[in-house]
Amino acid sequence: MVRHVIAPAKDLPAGNRIRVMIDGKPVLVLNIKGELFALSDTCPHRGASLSGGILTGHVVSETPGEYKYSRAGEILRCPWHAWEFDVRTGRSWCDPKRMRLMQLDVKIEPGASLVEGPYKTETFPVRIEDDYIVIETT
Amino acid sequence: MNSNMNLQGAIDCDVHPLTPVPADLLPYMSDYWRDTLQVRGLDFWETIAYPANAALTIRADWRQQSPRADANPATMAKTLLDPHGFDHAILNCLFPLQSFRDGNMAAAFASATNDWLIDKWLSRDARLRGAVLLPIQNIELAVDEINRRADDPRFVQILLQVMGEQPLGKPHFWPLYAAAEKHGFAIAIHAGSTYHHPVTGSGWPTYYIEDYAAQSAGFHTQLGSLISEGVFVKYPKLKVVLSESGISWMPAYLWRLSKFWRGIRNEVPWIDRDPMHYVRDNIRLTLQPFDLPNDAVTAARIMEQLGSDDLVLFSTDFPHWQFDGDDMLPKGLSALQVRKILIDNPRATYSRLAAPVRKGAHP
Repeated sequence: MVRHVIAPAKDLPAGNRIRVMIDGKPVLVLNIKGELFALSDTCPHRGASLSGGILTGHVVSETPGEYKYSRAGEILRCPWHAWEFDVRTGRSWCDPKRMRLMQLDVKIEPGASLVEGPYKTETFPVRIEDDYIVIETT
Repeated sequence: MNSNMNLQGAIDCDVHPLTPVPADLLPYMSDYWRDTLQVRGLDFWETIAYPANAALTIRADWRQQSPRADANPATMAKTLLDPHGFDHAILNCLFPLQSFRDGNMAAAFASATNDWLIDKWLSRDARLRGAVLLPIQNIELAVDEINRRADDPRFVQILLQVMGEQPLGKPHFWPLYAAAEKHGFAIAIHAGSTYHHPVTGSGWPTYYIEDYAAQSAGFHTQLGSLISEGVFVKYPKLKVVLSESGISWMPAYLWRLSKFWRGIRNEVPWIDRDPMHYVRDNIRLTLQPFDLPNDAVTAARIMEQLGSDDLVLFSTDFPHWQFDGDDMLPKGLSALQVRKILIDNPRATYSRLAAPVRKGAHP
């Protein structure tokens, strides 16, 4: 297991996103209302970067004219063809079995725990007194 | 060629009796309308759909028969049903009452035409079945006409035209679908128009060839409307038969609809499955015109692209000129596909075919 320290936590406040490279692959990290999500940044349909996609809510309906709207801001839409991806599962709405984004384990860890390693950082120093966004890969 | 193909037991789902003129319908009208038609001199209607002398309107050899092959049940039987051993032919009468502005007059004509069909056709050959004409101008009166025909099992479908005042998926039309679903009528949407609007989205074409070729684009509109508005979510048992729509447009249009649904389905969240699933469950196509090259490979490929062997219903489109000789089926179909097209698919689509017709029980 490798821990990738991708950014100081304060650099990604709620409502923000960053794109980072993990093992040579682009990963999108989202802070949605204080909760972190890390997903492959490559749309499985045509390979677009999802970083430029909007976040919307989830709408379902039992009958024409009914709109059940929930989970505001938790559906990531690809900027190319507007396919919807659930940030909690990585699955697309239209083809959930075949079209899904790889999810990565992301969390905030105190700098003090990171000095024990092993970890990889981007080009910033890790300080014991700060918190950092960490992605774990196997 | 399939000229030796056994058509025994087939159900021909799109057959046209010679269109009546108003004088034929007078005996089936109320005193008021009989008088009105005579006083106002309303003795002839013609639309530019199937002009009387157009080659496509009736195949030349059938036109030359005397009386012509679509003139009455006996000539139709002799030309079409007897030689091939069809079990049933479903009659779609193309009297152009959809073009009337007056819903009350349309209701009088619809009812009279349906009575005429019973009297002159359905009661004279037990193999014949009919489509109910409706005064689409007035939904309440149209529902009344559906209910009036519900007890006569010889009527198996409702007949609508592909180009009307507005797309057929709109909720305005839903009472028709509720009534049709309740009574087990299929909804047939047939090539044709009110001719109140141009038959293309870009205005009036010049020639008949353009009009006829444009009909399949009208079917795109109706298919997109019926699915997107949620008609099949609301009425899941409803069967809609696209009659004389052609076949070849369907896979390409469906692919397009499916593709855009993936990106903009939020607009129609009640459509929670790929649109092609609704086609498989609720939409059927009549066979003629099979608008493809007559080669087995192309036909087989299109059938595969339709994604289901349940969709196509046998039709000759008699007496319209869609095929020559007895070559009613395209090449390239498997024996199972032929069996389904000729018999199984029509019987699954028209639940009312299973109802017994009791002799003398119906006027």
